This record gives sequence, structure tokens and C-alpha cells, in this order.
Amino acid sequence: MHNLTVAELIKGLKNKDFSSLELTQHYLDRINNSDLNAFISITEDEALSQAKEADKKITKGSSSILTGIPYAHKDIFCTKGVKTSAGSKMLDSFISPYDASVTKKLNNENMVMLGKTNMDEFAMGSSNENSYFGPVQNPWDTNKVPGGSSGGSAAAVAARLSPFATGTDTGGSIRQPASLCGITGLKPTYGRISRYGMIAYASSLDQAGPMTQSAEDAAIILNAMAGFDKHDSTSANKSVPDYTQCLKNSINGLKIGLPKEYFSEGLDSGVEKIVMQSIKEYESMGAEIKEVSLPNSVHAIPAYYIVAPCECSSNLSRFDGVRYGYRCKDPKDLNDLYLRSRSEGFGEEVKRRIMIGAYALSAGYYDAYYLKAQKVRQLISEDFKKAFKEVDLIMGPVSPTVAFDLGSVKDPVSMYLADIYTLSVNLAGLPGMSIPAGFSGNLPVGLQLIGNHWSEELLLNAAHQFQKRTDWHNRSPAEGQGARR
Amino acid sequence: MTWETVIGLEIHSQLRTQSKIFSGASTAFGSKANTQACAVDLGFPGVLPVLNEEVVKMALRFGLSVNAAINKNSIFARKNYFYPDLPKGYQISQFEIPIVGEGSIEITLESGDNKTVGITRAHLEEDAGKSIHDLYDDYTAIDLNRAGTPLLEIVSEPDMSSAKEAVAYAKKIHALVQYIEICDGNMQEGSFRCDANVSVRKQGEGLGTRAELKNINSFKFLEKAINIEVDRQIDILEEGGSVVQETRLYDSIKNETRSMRSKEEANDYRYFPDPDLLPVVISDELLEEIKKDLPELPTEKKIRFIDTLGLSPYDAEVLTSQKEVAEYFESIIKQGADSKLSANWVMGDLSAALNKSQLEIVDSPISADELFLLISRITDNTISGKIAKDVFKLMWDGKGSVDEIIDKQGLKQMTDSGAIESIIDDVIANNPGQVQQFKDGNSKLLGFFVGQVMKASQGKANPKQVNEILNAKLS
Repeated sequence: MHNLTVAELIKGLKNKDFSSLELTQHYLDRINNSDLNAFISITEDEALSQAKEADKKITKGSSSILTGIPYAHKDIFCTKGVKTSAGSKMLDSFISPYDASVTKKLNNENMVMLGKTNMDEFAMGSSNENSYFGPVQNPWDTNKVPGGSSGGSAAAVAARLSPFATGTDTGGSIRQPASLCGITGLKPTYGRISRYGMIAYASSLDQAGPMTQSAEDAAIILNAMAGFDKHDSTSANKSVPDYTQCLKNSINGLKIGLPKEYFSEGLDSGVEKIVMQSIKEYESMGAEIKEVSLPNSVHAIPAYYIVAPCECSSNLSRFDGVRYGYRCKDPKDLNDLYLRSRSEGFGEEVKRRIMIGAYALSAGYYDAYYLKAQKVRQLISEDFKKAFKEVDLIMGPVSPTVAFDLGSVKDPVSMYLADIYTLSVNLAGLPGMSIPAGFSGNLPVGLQLIGNHWSEELLLNAAHQFQKRTDWHNRSPAEGQGARR
Repeated sequence: MTWETVIGLEIHSQLRTQSKIFSGASTAFGSKANTQACAVDLGFPGVLPVLNEEVVKMALRFGLSVNAAINKNSIFARKNYFYPDLPKGYQISQFEIPIVGEGSIEITLESGDNKTVGITRAHLEEDAGKSIHDLYDDYTAIDLNRAGTPLLEIVSEPDMSSAKEAVAYAKKIHALVQYIEICDGNMQEGSFRCDANVSVRKQGEGLGTRAELKNINSFKFLEKAINIEVDRQIDILEEGGSVVQETRLYDSIKNETRSMRSKEEANDYRYFPDPDLLPVVISDELLEEIKKDLPELPTEKKIRFIDTLGLSPYDAEVLTSQKEVAEYFESIIKQGADSKLSANWVMGDLSAALNKSQLEIVDSPISADELFLLISRITDNTISGKIAKDVFKLMWDGKGSVDEIIDKQGLKQMTDSGAIESIIDDVIANNPGQVQQFKDGNSKLLGFFVGQVMKASQGKANPKQVNEILNAKLS
């Protein structure tokens, strides 16, 4: 049952092959028997009662397409009455008094939330090792990282602990763990999904998206997550197409661009081989392959590591120990309250980024750092604009390497390099996807698909056509590497 | 040595919206602490601001009223600092590109001359909550009801050269924001607050170092605070010292200013554009719509009062300086009352009575309709102007309507020429000496006879008739 995709589970529920309660209990059992540390909270009681409610709706015939489907929710989305920690000690005690807009949308479908998934603290990290609740293990090799920041979500879907999970992507946090865990992850165009109730890391870059087994599932879940929200001024007031309707189109003649900068030094040869194999697959489906250039992509890391910390330094100011969250013991005075609550409540990487951001925004440095980074961001956008005049989609690696050993990357700058192929997409606000493309050694490799603004249909279809001809997305670690279900 | 004073004002005007600038919570004043703050105002994790369109319209009303340049793309920025009554750790304000750019307003000085004061900018921002330090011994209490209340910060050029000018400017802005109905102007409740940037310099020299005075909540205190600060700065400079750039608090009880923080201690606010909010885009259509919707502004009204009602510039200025006063005056005029006479009544007896009772004109016990009736009774010769003053007092004390009082007290003017003649005859007969002197050329004695006649008629004789008949009989 747990190897079924969401599309298949929908059919199964409809045909009464199983009830939502049975399905939910099955996943809860798997979660409870798992040692991956993919979840921060398991909401068993709520899940079972949501499942019963869903079953009633299904029986009454008042259900919607996703009613009764279980899912895992990244612990960055506010969930009313349930701990919402963002992976931080700061919010270990925080029970949200309200639901995020995404949570509300999924609740409105009577979906079943199994629990809240582990993540790098405040979504800052590429290995899930920055979680206050401990690292997540990669289900393909438990000595390896699952990627981050949505590491818990990726591991949960890969290990079939949940049919799908929600994620958020600020600099690659959906795509990179999806790649490292061998699942499908979609970061939509900035503004496609409401950010309201999604704890902010870097507001101009944060975007939620689905993490699923297949592109078809991603389309189904995107249908439920997307749409304008009057509570989020940056969400686009743009109609939401039925993303499942685009999955039948031929990709014959599709123009695919390979950015030469993405295939240079630093790219692991095993990863490159798999990426090139997948490109060949596309070629065999009738796509035209073409080299493109994104000359400013080399500046993506420095630009991102100015813009994101600047925004986060301000976004995280609200965690001051005054109204909610962690408060230090016996503060002597106001300064002591601030200083110790924040020093003790935040982890190292979060503090590092707050410091970088506060520095870059301070008087005398603003022009040299923040403004300069914004200009670079503009140039990166223009690179893509130019490329999309020549090609329909851009493809390349997601991550320069496969999953690395837990604890092996100690220096933060080396860790930042893991995001080299994903950051530009966020800086330009574009949609990007990672789909399972093969294995290097016994570890999964993802292929990145990048589209122009609002080209989710094209992306999803291109991914789906690939998945129709390959079975990488169907492989799961439970059966061992390379085994077919 | 002659010192020149240079003053610029920053006025925080609370906008009269129903809900907050970035959330749906109510802005009503005086509710129980922390009952009017929603998750957005409390800065909960994940919440986002959404701009209340109403505040944009209000800012534009102001901008158009001071002939300011309107920025068609203005940007909200974050002003970052930590304080317990600032829930997000930053205030959303406008920094580099405010919605209202350069404009100006004309003020009238005591001399009667006009002066144009430049307005540098006006920008939208959210208010913080309140810290209450005296409620508990060991703790500070925080009330976040005010957090997120919309403010328009109006920044002037350093164009004022005395405390009196600064007050005239502040009053002018105070009147304007009420005219255009964007602020209730209530200074006690903090809806209209002034900060003053004050510096002094020797005549002809460049600008001196300024101090920013905060915590001023009345026009009286504004004048006092500036004067005391000017004296302080001159004393320092004359003793050879130098003024420190700093923020100073005005203490109205001790009538002194105290250092709050120096420039060195000032926060680095780390301003940057708020990524949660889109630029505010103003369309030509919206501007046109708002222009059409603007009421007659004080300056326009003043000119109309001078040109079409024949009032003096001074009277017109006084009557238009407060929206409610102008409305009161106009509703008397609209019913056909003489404008000069009405102006005198509003600026004279009514204004004096209001001041004495410390009432605002909207709370006047005598309505504009009633004052109109009283004025009509003068012009239709029912009572004299002098008697009218007595009637006014009785009306003020709630002794009845105009006509009831005239009736009951028998104050109706004597207009029967026969009756007046017989009183005059008596006066002439009783004062033969004075009659002779008058006839010998002492024309000043006419006043004496008028007085005697009025006295004998208990003030009720029509003065015009008395004059006419006296003149006829004595010549």
C-alpha cells in the first residue's frame, strides 16, 4: 500500500480498496517503526480523527479528490493547536494559534496530516544537520544526509512513511533533498503558493511546494496548494489551471537548454553521467538539446548569501523571548532577556546568518552588500530571460554531489556550495523541479528542470513524460537499491 | 549677539481608518489592553502584512492638499530595532521613497503676514504598541492595541524661525488633516503628535547642530519646549560650548528638556525594502478620483470668505483655522445672517464663552441655528446688540430659546416712535442745563442724552430711532 502514488491512493479510496483510516494507520505504523528521525511531531490522534472524518465524507459522497489522503507537513507551516517549531529550540514550545493558508487548503480537502517533518532550523541548511531535533538519516544510506532544509519531508516520502510531503524552497530546500533522497520535488514560481503562515526565512525567496513520488502526484498536490491568498500580498492573483490536464502533451520538439556553467568544475562525474543520460532520454523523446549560458550564475552563491541573511536577520527579530517561544531563565533586564533568549534559542547557523544579514544591512555597508546583491539578482534574472528566448526548459544537475556523509561537511562555506545549481532559480523567482534520474553508487541522483515564470504545466509534463519512460521514481530504498517494486 | 532659531517639525498624524494599516484589527481607542491586536499585530511566526488601501487614499488626500509631488511608486521599508512594544522587531515605514514628496503650506504669522513652509515629505508607517512602566514594580506592561495603527508622518523643512511660527504651522497642519478628514486631531489621545528639530545659529551662518524634541502633546507645550530648548542652546554657545546632536524629551511638569539619547547611541535601523509588501502603485485614475473628492481646503475657504463675504483677512483666518468653527460659521451664514455680524458673534461672545467653559465648538450649548436666530433678532430690530449679549448669556445658561427669553424677560426692543418720543421729552425736560450746552455747540453731549434715554427704557429703545428723534428735537 505504501508504495502507491497519490494518484493510485485516490483510486483505491474511491474503489473502497481501503479506507482512509486503514491507510492512515498503516503510515503511522511505518512512521513509528522508522529510525530516520524524519518527524519532529507525529500527530497520531489528530490524524486518526481526520481519517475517520474523511471516511465519513467519502461514504456520504461529499468528498473531494484528495479527501482522506495522508501527508506529512514540513514543520515550518503553522498548524493550529499543534507544535510548529521550524526545527528550532526557539519554537520548541510554540503551539500555533492559527493555520497557515496552505494548511487550511489541505484541511479543506479533508486530508490527513500524519505529523510535522524535521528540517534545518528555520530552513537554513542543506543537510538537515542544523535541526534542534537532530539530523535526519537518508533512507538510501543511513550514514548519509537527506539534504535540506526539507530533509524530513524528503526522507519521509523516499522511505514511504507518507504518500507525499510539503516542503519549502528558499535556495534549493525542496529540490536538493528531493535529489538526494530520490523523489520528485517542485518549487513553483514565486507567488504561486501563499506564504501566509509559513514561517519566514527569506521572504523574497521562500516558496512552498509538493514533495512526491511522481510528477503526476506533484501536479495533483500543486492543484490543492496553489492560488491567490488575500493574506499574502506577494501571492499572484492569477488563476490556477488543472495541472493534471497538461500531462498528456508530447514533448517532441521541446527545446532544452543545458547551461554550460552547470557542467563545469565541481560537478561530481557520477552525477554528471546520470544527468547526461537523462538528457539523452529526452533527446530520444524528440527534444532538441542546446547549450545555453547563464554567465552570472557564478555570482548566485554570494548574492544569495547576502539577500537571504539580510531578510532573515529582520524576519527572525520577532523571536525575542517577549511574547512566545523560548525565553531564557531569570532575565536580569531587557537586554539580558534579548541577548540570552536569542543566544540560547537559536542554533549556530541561524545566528551566523543573522549576523551576516545585520552586518550587510548596517549603515555604510548597505550599498556595498545588499544593493549590490540585488543588482546581481537582476543580472541573474536577465540571464534566464535571455536563455528562455532560445529554449523552453533548462536542465542540469540539482546538486554537485550525491548525499554526503552525516557530519562530513564542517565548514559552512563548503556547505553553501551544495546549493550552487539551485540558488539562481530562487533569485529569479522561477519554477524548478528535481526528478529521480538514476543512481551514482547506491545513491540517487536528481535531474533539475527549470522553467520560465508560470511554466509549471510545461515542467510537470516534461517530468511526467520522462517518468513514463523510466522507473527511477518508483524505486524505494525499502526494497534495496535498484530493486523494482 | 543675535541668534537665529531654526525649527523643523515632524508630525505623526494617526489616520482615521476603521482597521489597522496591515491587519484587520480595529483601531478604536481606549479598549481593554491587548484586545485589539490580532496575530499579525502580535508578530506571530508566519504572519504577513497586507496594506489597508484606505491609508493610501488618506495619504494622497494630504499630498494633494499641500500641492505635493506624489510618488506613483512608493516603497515600504523595514526599520529594524528591538523594543518590547514593537512585536516584529521592525517597524514597517517608508524610507527612501515616501508616498508624498515635496509640498508646501501657507501659514499666517501674528503680524498678519503669510509665510510658506516647505513640506519635505509625508510617509505612511505603522505605530508601535505602548510600554507602561508604572503599572507593576518589577515589570513593564505592554499593550499592543496601538501596534499597527496607521500613521502619516509629515516632515517639514527647517523653515520656522520661532516657537510661535512652529505652533502656527502645527496648528495649520492640525486643521488641515481634520478638514480633509484623515485624522481626528485628538492630541490627548495621541492622534496628533509633534517632534521638533531645533537649532540656533548666528545670523547669516550655516545651520547649527540640532536637537530633536520628543514627547510634546499640546501646542502650548510645543511653544514652551522650543523656547526652553532655544535658550538652552544659546546659553551653551555663548559660554563657548557646543550643542550635541541628540534626542531630548520635554518634561512639561518641570518645563525642561532632558537628553534621551545621543547621536552615537542612536540605533542603526538597517532600513531595507520590506519584501512582504509590493510597491504602492498610484494610478492617474485614483489621483483624479481623490482630487474630485477633496473638500474645500482652509486656504480656499479663507479666500472665499474674504472675496465673497467681505470679511477681513484676519477674521477669515480665524474662522477657517478650525474646521468645526468654519462649519458653525457657515451654517449661520447659509441661513441668511449678516456675515460681518455673524463673524463678530462667533469670534467674540461665542468664542469667549467656549474658552471660559473650556468647550470645543462642537460641544457648544448654543447651536449655530440658535445663534442665527439671535443674530436675526438684532437685524430685524427685535432687540438691540447690547440686549442680545444678555440674551446670549441666558441662552448659554439654558434659560430657553431666543424668543422665549426675549418674551419672558420683556426684552423686546421699543420701536414705537410715540413711546420713544415721550421718554425723550422727559429726558429733555429733566436736563435743561445739558440741553443748553448742546445747543451752544457741545455736540458730544448727544451721547449723554442717548444714555439717559436707554437707561429710562431699560435699554430697550431702538438706538437708531433714539438718535434720529433726539437729533430732531435738539436741533
